[in-house]
Amino acid sequence: MQMKKKIANWGNYPVMETNEVEFRSINELKQFVSSSTSAIARGNGRCYGDASLSDVTISTLKFDKILFFDKANGIFECQSGVTLDQILDVIVPEGWFLPVTPGTKFVTIGGVVASDVHGKNHHVDGAFSRHVIELSLMLSNGEIVICNKNKRADLFEATCGGMGLTGIIVSVEFQLKKIETSYINEKKIKVDDLEELLELFEANKHYTYSVAWIDCLKKGKGFGRSVLMLGEHAKLNELNDAQKAKGALALPKKKSINFPINLPSFVLNNFTVKLFNFLFYHKNFKKEKHSIIPYEPFFYPLDAILHWNRGYGKKGFVQYQFVIPFENKEGLITILKKISDKGWGSFLAVLKTFGEQTDLISFPIAGYTLALDFPVRNGLFNFLDELDEIVLQYGGRIYLSKDARMKANTFWKGYSNSKKFTSVIEKYNPQTKFQSVQSSRLSITAQ
Amino acid sequence: MSAVLLLGASSDMATAIARKFAQDKYDIILAGRNVQQLSEFKTDLEIRYKIRAEVVKFDALDFASHESFYKNLPFHPGITICIFGYLGDQQKAAADWSETENIIQSNFTGAVSILNIISEDYKLKRSGVIAGISSVAGERGRQSNYIYGSAKAGFTAYLSGLRNSLHKYGVHVITILPGFVYTKMTADLKLPPMLTATPEQIASAVKKAVQKKQNVIYVKWMWRWIMFTIKSIPESFFKKLKL
Repeated sequence: MQMKKKIANWGNYPVMETNEVEFRSINELKQFVSSSTSAIARGNGRCYGDASLSDVTISTLKFDKILFFDKANGIFECQSGVTLDQILDVIVPEGWFLPVTPGTKFVTIGGVVASDVHGKNHHVDGAFSRHVIELSLMLSNGEIVICNKNKRADLFEATCGGMGLTGIIVSVEFQLKKIETSYINEKKIKVDDLEELLELFEANKHYTYSVAWIDCLKKGKGFGRSVLMLGEHAKLNELNDAQKAKGALALPKKKSINFPINLPSFVLNNFTVKLFNFLFYHKNFKKEKHSIIPYEPFFYPLDAILHWNRGYGKKGFVQYQFVIPFENKEGLITILKKISDKGWGSFLAVLKTFGEQTDLISFPIAGYTLALDFPVRNGLFNFLDELDEIVLQYGGRIYLSKDARMKANTFWKGYSNSKKFTSVIEKYNPQTKFQSVQSSRLSITAQ
Repeated sequence: MSAVLLLGASSDMATAIARKFAQDKYDIILAGRNVQQLSEFKTDLEIRYKIRAEVVKFDALDFASHESFYKNLPFHPGITICIFGYLGDQQKAAADWSETENIIQSNFTGAVSILNIISEDYKLKRSGVIAGISSVAGERGRQSNYIYGSAKAGFTAYLSGLRNSLHKYGVHVITILPGFVYTKMTADLKLPPMLTATPEQIASAVKKAVQKKQNVIYVKWMWRWIMFTIKSIPESFFKKLKL
């Protein structure tokens, strides 16, 4: 039961014809795994590039059962195809939240682990893997194994952030975070330039959540002007009467608009320009603004616009995200200058800080991480190669879940444990049955 | 709130229907052959929707077991949705009786056997809703799938007669005619999107039909007109077509 299908991930680049298969049971999955020579698991297709593309993509979306929820202790287990969106619907009304969440809730839990996603709280809570109690995955021989920090620790480490190359994640058990309300106590600060922003990040590092939107086009005075958003889960006594009346743990209303077709890229850019200007020039917003808001606009502002990726047009886009250690902040400044001089990127970039993380292959290391979109155009990849050089020069690396184009060398130099990572892959996935277009491009698996 | 019995609960369509009803706080009985897989789904339904769900082993082709299956259900379902079916392989079926038999029994005989039992009970109770998933393939036999089509035609006629006979007892019967559906059965076919329903769309249509007491529904509106056209073609001409 295979169907040739043209698929692309969130960046709509690259587009590839693959055989997509779905499974609903372990037995079905076993059949696919034993009959394929090269395959990769794919969830909701929200990585940006080619990490979940292969000759055969094994979709986890039909493997979507919630297996366990201990409401007293906040322990949750589900199959790999369940999305964060679905999990929030179940846990929030019971007073629990995701320990770590990326900027979209439309990702599957399998994808969350394979990317070892980070959130606005990385500097406090680390990446998602820190909260995983146990994983089960299917190896290339069809065997189901369980692993965590103590049991088959090498496999666990290489699976968290390992882009699906160790096996097919079938279920994940993890620890939730206790909340009193479904609201966020948010503080927004208008920031005049980059220097001030970096100081403010440092001064506010006790905040659980922090992220900044930077105007990437502003040059000279005001270079790096931005809006810094800080947040904590709101306490019960911080809600107003209307919010209390709705229920402290009420789920936000699902509102969304849809981008029906591919549009020229200026449409989305205009939208983000407006959004930023609204925040920056809003009359009632002098320097700081406090508010108690539902969690959705705080964590998932872009989820309200379904298919916003279509706003970049048919050719697609790549999202460029790198991290550079704190001590090399001139690297960050150099790159941001190059980006604003070139003017090819999205108007908005997202900047945040990472805390310590020394895992095998996960993206985060202590430092600054910047992410922005580049619509695909002639010359773009050469330009990004230049940026890669600077990232490497300053001891940084590129996020695999966003990547669609980096050179193998950039990966091997940037990820200091890459040799050890590939040796674990060789151990558990000896015929490199699990491989993606990305893993071949980066020479992680044989081409 | 009433409870829903899903006959053939392992399919994507059944999964979507179960979730749709559970969302509205109906309790759910999952009946099917794959008890292990269904018990995972039972847990999923209970956690997501805080309802009661149970799994009961059910084999549509084991007619002798149907009576005791229904008698021993853990609670009484006011709504029964008959979902199981088997598309089969027309070419294989034409040459191989066991395939033909399987198609006929999965789509017709098995359904009649269990629904006879359930409808007698609903008649006595003077309440209940029965919904059957039939097929547009049953509206006119075509060379590409007439074994399946004729079994579904039988099922459609059965549901129509049942509706007529149970009306006076306050029992409602619904015939659901999905066109193409994105499911396990059709994963390797290339289907036209305008005419193809997702399991979720079918689930919404079924729930609406139950709540609004509709009789015969086509999930995608276009099918009503397509089938009207196909049924209007004179037989002398129709027999020459490659359909």
